[in-house]
Amino acid sequence: MFKAHQSNKAAAINPLKMSQPLGGALALLGIDSCLPCFHGSQGCTAFGLVLMVRHFREAIPLQTTAMDQVQTILGGYDNLEAAVLTMYERNKPEVIGVCSTGLTETKGEDMRGALTIFRKKHPEVAEKCNLVFINTPDFTGGIEDGFANTVTAVIDAMVEPASVKVSNRVNVLAGSHLTPGDVEEIRDLIEGFGLTPVILPDLSTSLGGRQPDDFTATTLGGVTAAEIKGMGAAVLTLAIGEHMRKPAEALELKTGVPFKLFDRLVGLEAVDAFITTLSGLSDRPVPARVRRQREHLVDGMLDGHFYFSRKRVAVALEPDLLYAYCGFLQEMGCEVTAAVAPTQSAILEKIRAWSLLVGDHEDFETLSRGADLVVSNSHARMSVSRSGAPLVRAGFPTFDRLGAGHRVVVGYRGTRDLLFEIGNIFLANDHEHSIQDWGLEGTTEGHHGGSHAKA
Amino acid sequence: MLVDKVQEVFNEPGCATNQDKSAKERKKGCTKSLKPGAAAGGCAFDGAKIALQPIADAAHLVHGPIACEGNSWDNRGSKSSHSQLYRTGFTTDLSELDVIHGAEKKLFKAIKEIVLKYDPPAVFVYQTCVPALIGDDIEAVCKFAADKLGKPIIPVNAPGFVGSKNLGNKLGGETLLDHVIGTREPEYTTPYDINIIGEYNLAGEFWQVKPLLDKMGVRILSMISGDGKYNEVASAHRAKVNMLVCSQALVNVARKMEERYGIPYFEGSFYGVSDMSDTLRNIAKLLVGRGAPNDLIARTETIITEEEARAWRRLAPYKDRLTGKRVLLFTGGVKSWSMVTALEGAGLEIIGTSVKKSTKEDKERLKKIKGEEFHMWEDLKPRDIAAMLRDAKADIMLSGGRSQFIALKAKVPWLDVNQERHVAFAGYEGIVALVEEIDKTLSNPIWRQVRLPAPWDAPAPALGETAAE
Ligand code: SF4
Repeated sequence: MFKAHQSNKAAAINPLKMSQPLGGALALLGIDSCLPCFHGSQGCTAFGLVLMVRHFREAIPLQTTAMDQVQTILGGYDNLEAAVLTMYERNKPEVIGVCSTGLTETKGEDMRGALTIFRKKHPEVAEKCNLVFINTPDFTGGIEDGFANTVTAVIDAMVEPASVKVSNRVNVLAGSHLTPGDVEEIRDLIEGFGLTPVILPDLSTSLGGRQPDDFTATTLGGVTAAEIKGMGAAVLTLAIGEHMRKPAEALELKTGVPFKLFDRLVGLEAVDAFITTLSGLSDRPVPARVRRQREHLVDGMLDGHFYFSRKRVAVALEPDLLYAYCGFLQEMGCEVTAAVAPTQSAILEKIRAWSLLVGDHEDFETLSRGADLVVSNSHARMSVSRSGAPLVRAGFPTFDRLGAGHRVVVGYRGTRDLLFEIGNIFLANDHEHSIQDWGLEGTTEGHHGGSHAKA
Repeated sequence: MLVDKVQEVFNEPGCATNQDKSAKERKKGCTKSLKPGAAAGGCAFDGAKIALQPIADAAHLVHGPIACEGNSWDNRGSKSSHSQLYRTGFTTDLSELDVIHGAEKKLFKAIKEIVLKYDPPAVFVYQTCVPALIGDDIEAVCKFAADKLGKPIIPVNAPGFVGSKNLGNKLGGETLLDHVIGTREPEYTTPYDINIIGEYNLAGEFWQVKPLLDKMGVRILSMISGDGKYNEVASAHRAKVNMLVCSQALVNVARKMEERYGIPYFEGSFYGVSDMSDTLRNIAKLLVGRGAPNDLIARTETIITEEEARAWRRLAPYKDRLTGKRVLLFTGGVKSWSMVTALEGAGLEIIGTSVKKSTKEDKERLKKIKGEEFHMWEDLKPRDIAAMLRDAKADIMLSGGRSQFIALKAKVPWLDVNQERHVAFAGYEGIVALVEEIDKTLSNPIWRQVRLPAPWDAPAPALGETAAE
């Protein structure tokens, strides 16, 4: 497999990477009536929870098996069992998802084996509640990996093969780089063709900002367990993001539903490919509304390209989002001077940038020197406060802006809005000419001399 | 050994809760065993980092896989007036290979890189669960690195799984006692030298207090640890008086400094008018007791009279607007009774408060002020809080970020009074700011709007009304 150059420092400085279990929790939050849990010590859950609360500005259900030192050494099955029982008894969720952590993985705990034992010991719980146990060690991979592993585990544990197909049903595997707003936009596009999507996971209905009548300790909204079970009845799976390849393959293996992978949904041609697929699949013409949206995007490209040409942009994001942003910016005429990802991924091979690195925010700060624009998560605010470059906040976490969950960059509309947002920054920062700008060769000194003399 | 250290912290005689316990109870420690599947709260590493990271010119290196630092850096509101190095997130980001082969060498290399690149006065190295489990000896590595690099490299041995955030606070304090305090001499001393212990300068709130101390002529020898400087903390043992903020978190530091260096301490708070005044009085009294000139007391009283009058003058306009408004108070680190008296002074009615983190003494005090009827909750489930808010028993809830959505989703005004808050609430300035925030929040016009049902959910209008249109 392709491997991007990796920063070889002993210390990560201002990390860009976040842990696998966090990605796992994020995936589980898009399933209705679910309780995600980390099998580890309580601190891991607390940190993950705080980070997601800051980003989504929503209550986040996330539990812990609360391992302490002694229990870790003795083995964590008892805690795992106790946690699942407590969660089930107190909240009666439809799904309980448990992600392992560095702690339990170091002890080499067998999540699969644990599930088998639990099922045997507590059939009454296992029958009523869908249990998904996932291996997500902190010391390998990152958010995307944890997210993909969890979606795969959910498919393995819950989807059932179907004998009858529903002709207008499609599955969507929505990667971790998509915001609840993005997912909503994707659903809208699909439904515009008379198709019915089952989206796994569906953050748009759970983390978009709910107004519940009552307090709930589980997720509220998201794809339901019944819908997940029925995914085998779809005619096609649309996998969004390279890291959704693995779950898509698992789904195909289990149900025979073929998949089509879209490595991004940002940019004119990328969206064209998606719309063409939907049109072909539904055998319907593209709705007038979507045609208008495409026109508006093309118009925006014509109006905006002046400000993008040859601009130097540095981007540091999770791999699939990194690819989406870099691709779009290049298609608008920008130079991507630096592309930094927190973890390795097959998608990195497709990224064209002056330098491409698996590294941290410190590497990114060095590589992004002189850039006209920086695109990254909120942690980049520190480095841009030193460099003075404008920062477009994208990805996870975005904790110092409102509406992180509703940022839409997919589809014609999302691309158009992104184009305007970035174009306006370039436009606002455009250099205004002064009389000094065009001194003849050798005479620039004279001009400067003049002003020095005055001072 | 870490086990001994933890036991020692559990035995802390300065801790008021401990004084009421039997020897056997004490040994069990203050952390109740957590219930798997129904637990919440930070780990010991989190607590140690909270206590030490505000030492702003030091580098803080977390030895562990990415979960510990990658998910948590850049999330604390402690402010610094000098170096910003403490905000940089350093971690050894352990990989699978490191876990298999041990990561002591990597840790040393990481320390060396940081020292060469940033040249901090010291590096704090935090142990976490995974390297503790595989047996990485951070104390040995730190000692080796300190010798090689000629700098204090300080092991903070508080891996998450030994206990709660609270325990971690204390282990952080022990680290300072064992490795930092008393290792340097201050350039000079004065009869007015004090240390402030347990204040983290969240949202820069200590800067609301400092001008008062300046005016008294008190010198802050070291801050432990908000806006702190490493070398100042190292020379803290030469202070005349210690002030311990927010009772329990770092009581071990204050008590052991008294034992070792004969520095008397008092517990004080910066929250609320009368508490702030008591604190200033205590500082003056103890300093005079240790040889500072007598006129400090009179000078302090003058400042208190002036500042109190000014604060009450500024609070007066709110009184009419806020009288009778009912407040639910859920504070973490901030002492409940101190906030209670302060808010009541502004006309608010406190209908109940959490006492999960309060000492027995605090609770007695609350009872005395508020009477037996007053609600004090040890542990209230989110569901119960939600029910209480729904029944409109409170006009506003003050709490930490964790519970904000319980209030907001019930469409009840809410204000952050814990760690992540952006508004500074300390001193005479702070109480005015807090009341102003409450008033702003309560009078915001959104509350009526967001409580309106969607038109399609509203009960159908009576026939006559439709006809009238
Ligand atoms: S519990 Fe352990 S592994 Fe988890 S964040 Fe705390 S120190 Fe790190």
